[in-house]
Amino acid sequence: MLPQNKRPAGIDEYVNATSLAMALEALADGNGTPLAGGSDLWLQKDSGNDRIRPRLVNINRVAELHGISQVGQRIRIGALVSVSEILESALLKDAVPLLPATADRFASIQIRNAATIGGNIANASPAADMVLPLIALDAAVKISSWAGKEVDRKIPLTDFFTGPGMTRLERNELITAIEFETPAAGFHAVFCKSGPRPALEISLVAMCLAGTPQNGTLRNPRICFGAVGPTPIRCRSTEKLIDLRPIDDSLIAKALATMQSEISPIDDIRASKWYRAQVARTYLEQELMACRSL
Amino acid sequence: MPLTVTVSFSLNGTKVTSAVDVTESALDLLRRNFDLAGAKLACGEGECGACTVIVDGRSRNSCLMPAPDIDGRTVLTVEGLWTEQGIDPVQQAFIDEGAVQCGFCTPGMIMQARYLIDRNPNMSEEQIARGIEGNICRCTGYKKIIAAVAAASEGSTS
Ligand SMILES: Cc1cc2nc3c(=O)[nH]c(=O)nc-3n(C[C@H](O)[C@H](O)[C@H](O)COP(=O)(O)OP(=O)(O)OC[C@H]3O[C@@H](n4cnc5c(N)ncnc54)[C@H](O)[C@@H]3O)c2cc1C
Ligand code: FES
Ligand code: FES
Repeated sequence: MLPQNKRPAGIDEYVNATSLAMALEALADGNGTPLAGGSDLWLQKDSGNDRIRPRLVNINRVAELHGISQVGQRIRIGALVSVSEILESALLKDAVPLLPATADRFASIQIRNAATIGGNIANASPAADMVLPLIALDAAVKISSWAGKEVDRKIPLTDFFTGPGMTRLERNELITAIEFETPAAGFHAVFCKSGPRPALEISLVAMCLAGTPQNGTLRNPRICFGAVGPTPIRCRSTEKLIDLRPIDDSLIAKALATMQSEISPIDDIRASKWYRAQVARTYLEQELMACRSL
Repeated sequence: MPLTVTVSFSLNGTKVTSAVDVTESALDLLRRNFDLAGAKLACGEGECGACTVIVDGRSRNSCLMPAPDIDGRTVLTVEGLWTEQGIDPVQQAFIDEGAVQCGFCTPGMIMQARYLIDRNPNMSEEQIARGIEGNICRCTGYKKIIAAVAAASEGSTS
Protein backbone atom coordinates (compact mmCIF):
# COMPACT_ATOMS: atom_id res chain seq x y z
CA MET A 1 0.00 0.00 0.00
CA LEU A 2 3.06 2.27 0.09
CA PRO A 3 3.49 4.87 -2.64
CA GLN A 4 6.38 4.14 -5.05
CA ASN A 5 8.74 6.76 -3.65
CA LYS A 6 8.57 5.35 -0.15
CA ARG A 7 10.42 2.39 1.26
CA PRO A 8 9.46 0.68 4.47
CA ALA A 9 11.76 1.10 7.43
CA GLY A 10 14.28 -1.72 7.72
CA ILE A 11 13.61 -2.95 11.22
CA ASP A 12 15.11 -6.34 11.98
CA GLU A 13 14.73 -6.49 15.74
CA TYR A 14 11.95 -5.48 18.14
CA VAL A 15 12.37 -5.03 21.89
CA ASN A 16 9.32 -4.44 24.07
CA ALA A 17 11.12 -3.00 27.10
CA THR A 18 9.52 -3.50 30.49
CA SER A 19 12.12 -1.69 32.62
CA LEU A 20 14.42 1.27 32.19
CA ALA A 21 17.48 -0.98 32.35
CA MET A 22 16.07 -3.16 29.58
CA ALA A 23 15.36 -0.12 27.37
CA LEU A 24 18.81 1.38 27.96
CA GLU A 25 20.58 -1.91 27.26
CA ALA A 26 18.66 -2.26 23.99
CA LEU A 27 19.84 1.23 22.98
CA ALA A 28 23.42 0.82 24.23
CA ASP A 29 25.07 -0.03 20.88
CA GLY A 30 23.53 2.96 19.11
CA ASN A 31 21.47 0.82 16.72
CA GLY A 32 18.12 1.29 18.45
CA THR A 33 15.27 3.75 18.00
CA PRO A 34 12.99 4.48 20.96
CA LEU A 35 9.27 4.22 20.20
CA ALA A 36 6.89 6.29 22.36
CA GLY A 37 3.47 7.41 21.05
CA GLY A 38 4.54 6.99 17.43
CA SER A 39 2.79 10.16 16.23
CA ASP A 40 6.02 11.42 14.66
CA LEU A 41 7.83 8.13 14.14
CA TRP A 42 5.01 6.26 12.36
CA LEU A 43 4.65 9.16 9.92
CA GLN A 44 8.38 9.20 9.22
CA LYS A 45 9.00 5.48 9.09
CA ASP A 46 8.26 4.99 5.41
CA SER A 47 9.88 8.17 4.16
CA GLY A 48 13.22 6.53 3.50
CA ASN A 49 15.18 8.61 5.97
CA ASP A 50 17.47 6.87 8.42
CA ARG A 51 15.52 7.99 11.44
CA ILE A 52 14.51 4.42 12.26
CA ARG A 53 17.48 2.24 13.11
CA PRO A 54 17.42 -1.58 12.82
CA ARG A 55 16.25 -2.21 16.39
CA LEU A 56 12.88 -0.76 17.41
CA VAL A 57 12.81 -0.27 21.18
CA ASN A 58 9.26 0.18 22.49
CA ILE A 59 9.53 2.16 25.74
CA ASN A 60 5.79 2.44 26.48
CA ARG A 61 5.82 -0.22 29.21
CA VAL A 62 8.72 1.31 31.18
CA ALA A 63 7.05 2.39 34.43
CA GLU A 64 9.96 4.69 35.40
CA LEU A 65 9.16 6.96 32.45
CA HIS A 66 5.53 7.62 33.42
CA GLY A 67 3.98 10.08 35.84
CA ILE A 68 4.05 13.70 36.95
CA SER A 69 5.41 14.36 40.44
CA GLN A 70 6.57 17.13 42.71
CA VAL A 71 9.36 16.91 45.26
CA GLY A 72 9.76 20.12 47.22
CA GLN A 73 9.65 22.89 44.64
CA ARG A 74 10.82 20.64 41.79
CA ILE A 75 8.36 19.21 39.28
CA ARG A 76 9.24 16.15 37.23
CA ILE A 77 7.35 15.10 34.13
CA GLY A 78 8.23 11.60 32.94
CA ALA A 79 9.21 11.31 29.26
CA LEU A 80 6.13 9.16 28.49
CA VAL A 81 3.61 11.60 29.93
CA SER A 82 1.17 12.42 27.13
CA VAL A 83 0.05 15.89 26.13
CA SER A 84 -3.46 14.88 27.33
CA GLU A 85 -2.10 14.00 30.76
CA ILE A 86 -0.43 17.42 30.91
CA LEU A 87 -3.71 19.07 29.94
CA GLU A 88 -5.64 17.13 32.60
CA SER A 89 -3.08 17.28 35.43
CA ALA A 90 -4.46 18.91 38.58
CA LEU A 91 -0.91 19.41 39.88
CA LEU A 92 0.13 21.34 36.75
CA LYS A 93 -3.13 23.30 36.51
CA ASP A 94 -2.39 24.57 39.98
CA ALA A 95 1.40 25.04 39.86
CA VAL A 96 2.10 25.90 36.19
CA PRO A 97 -1.11 26.63 34.26
CA LEU A 98 1.12 27.59 31.31
CA LEU A 99 1.70 23.91 30.51
CA PRO A 100 -1.97 22.81 30.34
CA ALA A 101 -2.72 26.01 28.39
CA THR A 102 -0.09 25.08 25.81
CA ALA A 103 -1.34 21.48 25.69
CA ASP A 104 -4.81 22.83 24.87
CA ARG A 105 -3.39 24.32 21.65
CA PHE A 106 -1.67 21.09 20.65
CA ALA A 107 -3.07 19.04 17.74
CA SER A 108 -6.33 17.11 18.30
CA ILE A 109 -7.46 15.03 21.26
CA GLN A 110 -6.52 11.81 19.44
CA ILE A 111 -2.98 13.08 18.80
CA ARG A 112 -2.68 14.49 22.33
CA ASN A 113 -3.61 11.03 23.66
CA ALA A 114 -0.64 9.56 21.75
CA ALA A 115 1.94 12.36 21.79
CA THR A 116 4.45 12.22 24.64
CA ILE A 117 6.53 15.05 26.03
CA GLY A 118 9.73 13.04 25.49
CA GLY A 119 8.81 12.48 21.84
CA ASN A 120 8.01 16.15 21.31
CA ILE A 121 11.45 17.10 22.62
CA ALA A 122 13.46 14.29 20.98
CA ASN A 123 11.83 14.79 17.58
CA ALA A 124 13.33 18.30 17.66
CA SER A 125 10.96 19.98 15.25
CA PRO A 126 11.55 23.76 15.17
CA ALA A 127 7.76 23.97 15.61
CA ALA A 128 7.47 21.69 18.67
CA ASP A 129 4.94 23.43 20.89
CA MET A 130 5.55 21.94 24.36
CA VAL A 131 9.22 22.88 24.14
CA LEU A 132 8.60 26.65 24.32
CA PRO A 133 6.97 26.86 27.77
CA LEU A 134 9.50 24.36 29.10
CA ILE A 135 12.38 26.56 27.91
CA ALA A 136 10.65 29.53 29.56
CA LEU A 137 10.55 27.51 32.78
CA ASP A 138 14.34 26.86 32.55
CA ALA A 139 13.61 23.13 32.39
CA ALA A 140 16.35 20.51 32.30
CA VAL A 141 16.23 17.32 30.21
CA LYS A 142 17.13 14.19 32.15
CA ILE A 143 18.98 11.67 30.01
CA SER A 144 20.13 8.12 30.71
CA SER A 145 22.31 5.57 28.97
CA TRP A 146 23.85 2.18 29.76
CA ALA A 147 27.51 1.38 30.49
CA GLY A 148 27.24 -1.80 32.52
CA LYS A 149 24.90 0.22 34.70
CA GLU A 150 22.60 3.21 34.33
CA VAL A 151 24.45 6.48 33.67
CA ASP A 152 22.51 9.74 34.07
CA ARG A 153 23.09 13.29 32.93
CA LYS A 154 21.13 16.50 32.63
CA ILE A 155 21.12 19.27 29.98
CA PRO A 156 19.28 22.59 30.07
CA LEU A 157 16.50 22.34 27.45
CA THR A 158 17.67 25.69 25.99
CA ASP A 159 20.97 24.04 24.98
CA PHE A 160 19.45 20.77 23.80
CA PHE A 161 18.67 21.55 20.15
CA THR A 162 21.35 21.90 17.46
CA GLY A 163 19.27 22.02 14.25
CA PRO A 164 16.03 20.78 12.68
CA GLY A 165 15.63 17.21 13.97
CA MET A 166 19.04 17.44 15.66
CA THR A 167 19.88 17.44 19.34
CA ARG A 168 22.70 16.79 21.79
CA LEU A 169 21.20 13.37 22.52
CA GLU A 170 23.64 10.55 21.66
CA ARG A 171 22.37 7.50 19.76
CA ASN A 172 22.57 5.34 22.88
CA GLU A 173 20.70 7.79 25.10
CA LEU A 174 17.11 8.03 26.26
CA ILE A 175 15.26 11.04 27.64
CA THR A 176 13.79 9.90 30.94
CA ALA A 177 12.13 13.08 32.23
CA ILE A 178 11.95 16.83 32.16
CA GLU A 179 12.40 18.82 35.37
CA PHE A 180 11.92 22.40 36.48
CA GLU A 181 11.33 24.55 39.55
CA THR A 182 7.75 25.54 40.36
CA PRO A 183 7.51 29.20 39.36
CA ALA A 184 7.28 31.62 42.29
CA ALA A 185 4.12 33.59 43.01
CA GLY A 186 3.61 36.43 40.53
CA PHE A 187 5.04 34.49 37.58
CA HIS A 188 3.20 35.46 34.41
CA ALA A 189 3.37 33.43 31.20
CA VAL A 190 1.51 33.22 27.90
CA PHE A 191 1.66 30.89 24.91
CA CYS A 192 0.59 32.17 21.49
CA LYS A 193 0.26 30.00 18.40
CA SER A 194 -0.82 30.99 14.92
CA GLY A 195 -2.94 28.99 12.56
CA PRO A 196 -6.48 29.25 11.20
CA ARG A 197 -7.79 26.58 13.58
CA PRO A 198 -7.47 26.69 17.39
CA ALA A 199 -5.20 23.69 17.69
CA LEU A 200 -4.84 21.00 14.99
CA GLU A 201 -2.19 22.94 13.19
CA ILE A 202 1.57 22.79 12.97
CA SER A 203 2.59 26.19 14.34
CA LEU A 204 3.38 28.81 11.69
CA VAL A 205 4.74 30.87 14.54
CA ALA A 206 4.50 30.15 18.24
CA MET A 207 5.73 32.27 21.12
CA CYS A 208 6.02 31.89 24.84
CA LEU A 209 6.60 35.02 26.91
CA ALA A 210 7.17 34.70 30.64
CA GLY A 211 8.51 36.65 33.58
CA THR A 212 7.46 38.45 36.73
CA PRO A 213 5.63 41.73 36.16
CA GLN A 214 6.70 44.43 38.63
CA ASN A 215 5.64 48.11 38.49
CA GLY A 216 5.34 48.30 34.71
CA THR A 217 8.45 46.17 34.13
CA LEU A 218 9.00 42.47 33.49
CA ARG A 219 11.61 40.91 35.75
CA ASN A 220 13.69 37.94 34.57
CA PRO A 221 11.87 37.72 31.22
CA ARG A 222 11.88 34.70 28.92
CA ILE A 223 11.05 35.07 25.25
CA CYS A 224 10.97 31.90 23.15
CA PHE A 225 9.81 31.43 19.57
CA GLY A 226 8.93 28.32 17.59
CA ALA A 227 8.95 27.83 13.80
CA VAL A 228 11.01 30.94 13.06
CA GLY A 229 14.45 29.31 12.94
CA PRO A 230 16.18 25.92 12.68
CA THR A 231 15.47 25.18 16.37
CA PRO A 232 13.16 26.66 18.98
CA ILE A 233 14.74 30.07 19.62
CA ARG A 234 15.31 31.84 22.88
CA CYS A 235 15.77 35.60 22.35
CA ARG A 236 18.41 36.26 24.99
CA SER A 237 19.39 39.74 23.78
CA THR A 238 15.77 40.85 23.78
CA GLU A 239 15.32 39.38 27.26
CA LYS A 240 18.37 41.30 28.50
CA LEU A 241 17.19 44.50 26.86
CA ILE A 242 13.78 44.53 28.56
CA ASP A 243 14.73 43.08 31.96
CA LEU A 244 13.46 45.44 34.66
CA ARG A 245 13.04 48.38 32.24
CA PRO A 246 9.71 50.22 32.08
CA ILE A 247 7.76 48.73 29.17
CA ASP A 248 7.05 51.97 27.30
CA ASP A 249 6.60 52.45 23.55
CA SER A 250 10.27 53.09 22.96
CA LEU A 251 11.31 49.92 24.82
CA ILE A 252 8.78 47.89 22.85
CA ALA A 253 10.12 49.29 19.56
CA LYS A 254 13.67 48.38 20.57
CA ALA A 255 12.56 44.95 21.74
CA LEU A 256 10.86 44.23 18.41
CA ALA A 257 13.96 45.25 16.46
CA THR A 258 16.26 43.16 18.66
CA MET A 259 13.93 40.14 18.48
CA GLN A 260 13.86 40.46 14.69
CA SER A 261 17.65 40.10 14.60
CA GLU A 262 17.50 36.98 16.78
CA ILE A 263 15.00 34.98 14.73
CA SER A 264 15.58 33.62 11.22
CA PRO A 265 12.25 32.69 9.66
CA ILE A 266 12.20 31.03 6.25
CA ASP A 267 9.74 30.63 3.38
CA ASP A 268 8.15 27.19 3.20
CA ILE A 269 4.90 25.54 2.14
CA ARG A 270 3.13 26.66 5.31
CA ALA A 271 3.97 30.39 5.34
CA SER A 272 6.33 33.01 3.97
CA LYS A 273 9.30 34.48 5.78
CA TRP A 274 7.63 37.89 5.67
CA TYR A 275 4.42 36.59 7.22
CA ARG A 276 6.25 34.75 9.99
CA ALA A 277 8.27 37.85 10.89
CA GLN A 278 5.08 39.95 11.04
CA VAL A 279 3.30 37.46 13.30
CA ALA A 280 6.35 37.23 15.59
CA ARG A 281 6.36 41.04 15.90
CA THR A 282 2.64 41.15 16.55
CA TYR A 283 2.80 38.50 19.27
CA LEU A 284 5.67 40.15 21.11
CA GLU A 285 4.19 43.63 20.84
CA GLN A 286 0.75 42.51 21.97
CA GLU A 287 2.06 40.51 24.95
CA LEU A 288 4.50 43.20 26.10
CA MET A 289 1.68 45.75 25.99
CA ALA A 290 -0.46 43.38 28.03
CA CYS A 291 2.29 43.21 30.67
CA ARG A 292 2.01 46.94 31.32
CA SER A 293 -1.35 46.56 32.96
CA LEU A 294 -0.42 43.57 35.12
CA MET B 1 10.90 -10.35 4.77
CA PRO B 2 9.51 -7.83 7.23
CA LEU B 3 9.94 -8.73 10.87
CA THR B 4 6.79 -10.09 12.50
CA VAL B 5 5.87 -10.22 16.17
CA THR B 6 2.94 -11.73 18.02
CA VAL B 7 0.49 -9.51 19.86
CA SER B 8 -2.26 -10.52 22.30
CA PHE B 9 -4.87 -8.00 23.27
CA SER B 10 -8.51 -7.49 24.12
CA LEU B 11 -10.55 -6.62 21.04
CA ASN B 12 -14.13 -5.52 21.64
CA GLY B 13 -14.23 -7.63 24.78
CA THR B 14 -12.62 -10.77 23.35
CA LYS B 15 -9.02 -11.91 23.93
CA VAL B 16 -7.26 -12.26 20.58
CA THR B 17 -3.76 -13.09 19.34
CA SER B 18 -2.27 -12.23 15.98
CA ALA B 19 1.01 -11.98 14.13
CA VAL B 20 1.84 -8.47 12.89
CA ASP B 21 4.53 -6.93 10.78
CA VAL B 22 6.43 -4.56 13.14
CA THR B 23 6.06 -1.65 10.74
CA GLU B 24 2.28 -1.99 10.42
CA SER B 25 -0.26 0.29 12.04
CA ALA B 26 -3.01 -0.80 14.40
CA LEU B 27 -5.43 0.15 11.63
CA ASP B 28 -3.80 -2.31 9.20
CA LEU B 29 -4.04 -4.97 11.88
CA LEU B 30 -7.73 -4.37 12.65
CA ARG B 31 -8.83 -4.20 9.04
CA ARG B 32 -6.65 -6.92 7.55
CA ASN B 33 -6.31 -9.51 10.31
CA PHE B 34 -9.70 -9.09 11.97
CA ASP B 35 -11.90 -7.92 9.07
CA LEU B 36 -13.06 -4.94 11.10
CA ALA B 37 -13.71 -2.41 8.36
CA GLY B 38 -15.34 0.24 10.58
CA ALA B 39 -12.20 2.26 11.19
CA LYS B 40 -11.19 3.78 7.86
CA LEU B 41 -7.90 4.71 6.23
CA ALA B 42 -8.33 8.20 4.80
CA CYS B 43 -5.35 10.50 5.35
CA GLY B 44 -3.05 8.04 7.12
CA GLU B 45 -1.41 11.05 8.79
CA GLY B 46 -3.36 11.71 11.97
CA GLU B 47 -5.28 14.64 10.46
CA CYS B 48 -8.78 13.31 9.78
CA GLY B 49 -9.84 10.93 12.56
CA ALA B 50 -11.56 8.40 10.23
CA CYS B 51 -9.42 5.70 11.88
CA THR B 52 -10.32 6.63 15.49
CA VAL B 53 -10.57 3.74 17.96
CA ILE B 54 -10.41 3.67 21.76
CA VAL B 55 -7.28 2.10 23.25
CA ASP B 56 -7.04 1.66 27.01
CA GLY B 57 -9.80 4.23 27.40
CA ARG B 58 -8.14 6.85 25.18
CA SER B 59 -9.18 7.75 21.63
CA ARG B 60 -6.34 7.25 19.17
CA ASN B 61 -5.66 7.60 15.47
CA SER B 62 -5.14 3.91 14.71
CA CYS B 63 -3.36 4.81 11.45
CA LEU B 64 -0.47 6.23 13.49
CA MET B 65 -0.54 3.67 16.25
CA PRO B 66 2.23 1.09 15.83
CA ALA B 67 0.67 -2.39 15.59
CA PRO B 68 3.25 -4.07 17.87
CA ASP B 69 2.34 -1.60 20.64
CA ILE B 70 -1.18 -3.05 20.78
CA ASP B 71 0.10 -6.01 22.78
CA GLY B 72 -1.63 -6.26 26.17
CA ARG B 73 -3.99 -3.37 25.48
CA THR B 74 -7.78 -3.09 25.38
CA VAL B 75 -9.16 -1.94 22.04
CA LEU B 76 -12.70 -0.82 21.30
CA THR B 77 -13.79 -0.25 17.69
CA VAL B 78 -17.16 0.88 16.36
CA GLU B 79 -18.10 -2.79 15.87
CA GLY B 80 -17.70 -3.28 19.63
CA LEU B 81 -20.34 -0.68 20.54
CA TRP B 82 -23.14 -3.12 19.79
CA THR B 83 -24.57 -4.89 22.85
CA GLU B 84 -27.50 -7.23 23.55
CA GLN B 85 -29.62 -4.08 23.88
CA GLY B 86 -28.74 -3.09 20.32
CA ILE B 87 -26.70 -0.23 18.95
CA ASP B 88 -25.07 2.42 21.12
CA PRO B 89 -27.07 5.57 22.01
CA VAL B 90 -24.43 7.62 20.15
CA GLN B 91 -25.08 5.62 16.99
CA GLN B 92 -28.84 6.04 17.46
CA ALA B 93 -28.40 9.80 17.91
CA PHE B 94 -26.41 10.02 14.65
CA ILE B 95 -29.30 8.27 12.88
CA ASP B 96 -32.00 10.37 14.56
CA GLU B 97 -30.25 13.68 13.84
CA GLY B 98 -29.35 12.77 10.25
CA ALA B 99 -25.66 13.22 11.04
CA VAL B 100 -24.56 10.69 8.44
CA GLN B 101 -24.24 11.30 4.71
CA CYS B 102 -21.58 9.29 2.87
CA GLY B 103 -20.67 7.69 6.20
CA PHE B 104 -16.92 7.57 5.69
CA CYS B 105 -16.12 9.75 8.70
CA THR B 106 -18.91 8.24 10.81
CA PRO B 107 -17.23 5.32 12.63
CA GLY B 108 -14.34 7.59 13.70
CA MET B 109 -16.70 10.41 14.59
CA ILE B 110 -18.86 8.06 16.70
CA MET B 111 -15.85 6.64 18.56
CA GLN B 112 -14.59 10.16 19.31
CA ALA B 113 -18.11 11.17 20.42
CA ARG B 114 -18.30 8.12 22.70
CA TYR B 115 -14.92 9.06 24.19
CA LEU B 116 -15.96 12.68 24.76
CA ILE B 117 -19.30 11.81 26.37
CA ASP B 118 -17.69 9.21 28.65
CA ARG B 119 -15.31 11.90 29.94
CA ASN B 120 -17.80 14.75 30.14
CA PRO B 121 -21.53 14.21 29.60
CA ASN B 122 -22.21 17.94 30.03
CA MET B 123 -20.33 19.51 27.13
CA SER B 124 -21.17 22.90 25.67
CA GLU B 125 -21.54 23.15 21.90
CA GLU B 126 -18.12 24.78 21.80
CA GLN B 127 -16.61 21.90 23.78
CA ILE B 128 -18.16 19.38 21.39
CA ALA B 129 -16.84 21.31 18.39
CA ARG B 130 -13.35 21.44 19.85
CA GLY B 131 -13.60 17.80 20.89
CA ILE B 132 -14.12 16.67 17.30
CA GLU B 133 -11.43 18.96 15.93
CA GLY B 134 -9.44 15.90 14.90
CA ASN B 135 -12.35 14.44 12.88
CA ILE B 136 -12.95 15.75 9.39
CA CYS B 137 -16.30 15.38 7.64
CA ARG B 138 -16.54 16.43 4.00
CA CYS B 139 -20.33 16.06 3.77
CA THR B 140 -22.41 17.24 6.68
CA GLY B 141 -21.04 20.63 7.64
CA TYR B 142 -20.76 19.40 11.26
CA LYS B 143 -23.98 21.02 12.53
CA LYS B 144 -25.91 17.75 12.66
CA ILE B 145 -22.94 15.89 14.06
CA ILE B 146 -22.68 18.37 16.92
CA ALA B 147 -26.43 18.10 17.46
CA ALA B 148 -26.15 14.30 17.56
CA VAL B 149 -23.35 14.39 20.13
CA ALA B 150 -25.36 16.86 22.23
CA ALA B 151 -28.46 14.65 22.01
CA ALA B 152 -26.49 11.54 22.96
CA SER B 153 -24.96 13.35 25.95
CA GLU B 154 -28.34 14.48 27.10
CA GLY B 155 -29.59 10.92 26.86
CA SER B 156 -26.66 9.72 28.93
CA THR B 157 -27.33 12.12 31.82
CA SER B 158 -31.12 11.76 32.02
C1 LIG C 1 -1.75 15.34 12.91
C2 LIG C 1 -0.60 15.74 13.78
C3 LIG C 1 -0.65 16.95 14.47
C4 LIG C 1 0.41 17.34 15.28
N1 LIG C 1 0.31 18.53 15.93
C5 LIG C 1 1.33 18.96 16.71
C6 LIG C 1 1.24 20.20 17.39
O1 LIG C 1 0.23 20.90 17.35
N2 LIG C 1 2.32 20.61 18.11
C7 LIG C 1 3.46 19.86 18.18
O2 LIG C 1 4.39 20.29 18.85
N3 LIG C 1 3.56 18.65 17.58
C8 LIG C 1 2.53 18.19 16.83
N4 LIG C 1 2.63 16.98 16.19
C9 LIG C 1 3.87 16.18 16.30
C10 LIG C 1 3.87 15.05 17.35
O3 LIG C 1 2.58 14.66 17.71
C11 LIG C 1 4.64 15.45 18.62
O4 LIG C 1 5.96 15.84 18.31
C12 LIG C 1 4.66 14.35 19.70
O5 LIG C 1 4.93 14.94 20.95
C13 LIG C 1 5.66 13.24 19.46
O6 LIG C 1 5.59 12.32 20.55
P1 LIG C 1 5.43 10.74 20.34
O7 LIG C 1 5.38 10.14 21.69
O8 LIG C 1 4.32 10.45 19.43
O9 LIG C 1 6.84 10.44 19.65
P2 LIG C 1 7.32 9.24 18.72
O10 LIG C 1 6.72 9.40 17.37
O11 LIG C 1 7.17 7.94 19.41
O12 LIG C 1 8.87 9.62 18.67
C14 LIG C 1 9.34 10.81 18.05
C15 LIG C 1 10.87 10.79 18.02
O13 LIG C 1 11.39 10.92 19.32
C16 LIG C 1 12.16 9.77 19.70
N5 LIG C 1 11.82 9.54 21.11
C17 LIG C 1 10.59 9.37 21.65
N6 LIG C 1 10.66 9.29 22.99
C18 LIG C 1 11.97 9.42 23.31
C19 LIG C 1 12.69 9.43 24.55
N7 LIG C 1 12.07 9.31 25.74
N8 LIG C 1 14.04 9.57 24.52
C20 LIG C 1 14.68 9.72 23.33
N9 LIG C 1 14.06 9.71 22.14
C21 LIG C 1 12.71 9.56 22.13
C22 LIG C 1 11.74 8.68 18.75
O14 LIG C 1 12.77 7.75 18.55
C23 LIG C 1 11.44 9.49 17.49
O15 LIG C 1 12.61 9.79 16.79
C24 LIG C 1 1.56 16.53 15.40
C25 LIG C 1 1.60 15.30 14.73
C26 LIG C 1 0.54 14.89 13.93
C27 LIG C 1 0.62 13.58 13.23
S1 FES D 1 -6.68 7.95 8.58
FE1 FES D 1 -5.93 8.14 10.56
S2 FES D 1 -6.26 10.21 11.00
FE2 FES D 1 -6.80 10.08 8.90
S1 FES E 1 -20.60 11.92 6.21
FE1 FES E 1 -19.29 11.95 4.50
S2 FES E 1 -17.40 12.52 5.40
FE2 FES E 1 -18.75 12.76 7.01
